Amino acid sequence: MTVSPTLDARFREAAAAAGLLDVAYDLAETPIGTLLVATTDRGLCRISYDPQPEREAEALAETFGLRVLRAAKPIDPVRRQLDEYFEGTRTEFELPIDLRHQAPFSRAVLDRLARVPYGHVTTYGALAAEAHRPRAARAVGTVMNRNPVPIVLPCHRVVGANGSLTGYGGGLERKEILLKLEGAIQPQLDM
Amino acid sequence: MSRFDLPFLGANGVRQSLAGADGTSGHRHVGEYFDPRPGPRLAGAAPGALEKMMAVRVPPFESFYEEHRDAVFRELRRLVGNEAEDAYQETFLRALRAYGKLRHTDNLRAWVLTIARRVAADHYRRREAPTVVVEPETDSRPAYAEIGELADGLPRKERAAVVLRYGYDMSYAAIGAALGSSEDAARQAASSGVRRLRRRMQ
Repeated sequence: MTVSPTLDARFREAAAAAGLLDVAYDLAETPIGTLLVATTDRGLCRISYDPQPEREAEALAETFGLRVLRAAKPIDPVRRQLDEYFEGTRTEFELPIDLRHQAPFSRAVLDRLARVPYGHVTTYGALAAEAHRPRAARAVGTVMNRNPVPIVLPCHRVVGANGSLTGYGGGLERKEILLKLEGAIQPQLDM
Repeated sequence: MSRFDLPFLGANGVRQSLAGADGTSGHRHVGEYFDPRPGPRLAGAAPGALEKMMAVRVPPFESFYEEHRDAVFRELRRLVGNEAEDAYQETFLRALRAYGKLRHTDNLRAWVLTIARRVAADHYRRREAPTVVVEPETDSRPAYAEIGELADGLPRKERAAVVLRYGYDMSYAAIGAALGSSEDAARQAASSGVRRLRRRMQ
């Protein structure tokens, strides 16, 4: 005898509603693949490309606490805003973000990153300068690579000094798609 | 033992058995809950360092839940029949409340089944007798695995008596106490439940 999906969903919802979770997460379908989205009571704490949920749950438990549970409802606002973003009707995310476990430098850089507007790009060096560490372009690259909430914190808007896309945690192809969606780069004629 | 003598660390730092390091077994068997008292500590070791090395990692709640939910549901079906769904939710909410404080435990399955049985006992207590808690033994596996389902259609009191008697092998005195009635009344409820089941099967 197994637990029905209804009963399972009911428990997950009750657990989240009772405020008993350290982290709630769920999968979200987007045009650039399935994402794993996780939130704490303080806000969005993780977006992962190509997620392996079991491994993600382990990592989340290690950072935020053991009470990690898949639950659809707490993720809904993020899901909705991501949908709007990919439909082109949203240019800014209005979501609290939980950066409490980020080191001060990372937090400063991510804070600057959050202000890079839709459809624009900046460079690693420029972000480093804004964070008062003008020679730390490479360190900024590392912070971008470890960005806990890509898309919402737009590390895809950071490119090399010569304008090349350089790199992206989710793969360069996705970076290109996001920048084209925002009109920051022109679609190639042969596409 | 010298403070430099750390036999429980292998060459690559992987945790080895602690047996012998302090004359005791490396694993503390503390029953169902983690024992928050500090364990044996080596002189000079940083506070908590030993516990950290000894820690059996508790999995994220999600993995724990996925692994044990069907067993919990089966157990609750046996114990409270059609009302297993509410008991199921209550069991895992209780587990969730305690889970943040778990540090390691020998047997998460036994732990959560104990919670399930307490929820079931509370359920009967609420229904039948406001004062006595039924505490079936942890290892008193039901003699008839399907007894709970079998007894589903019985009147509540008869059902409880049948399940506790034939599923859990409890004495009539204990059942009477749990149901807030006498030993005789418990015997009567069980036997009229059995008669009813027999009639139903004919």
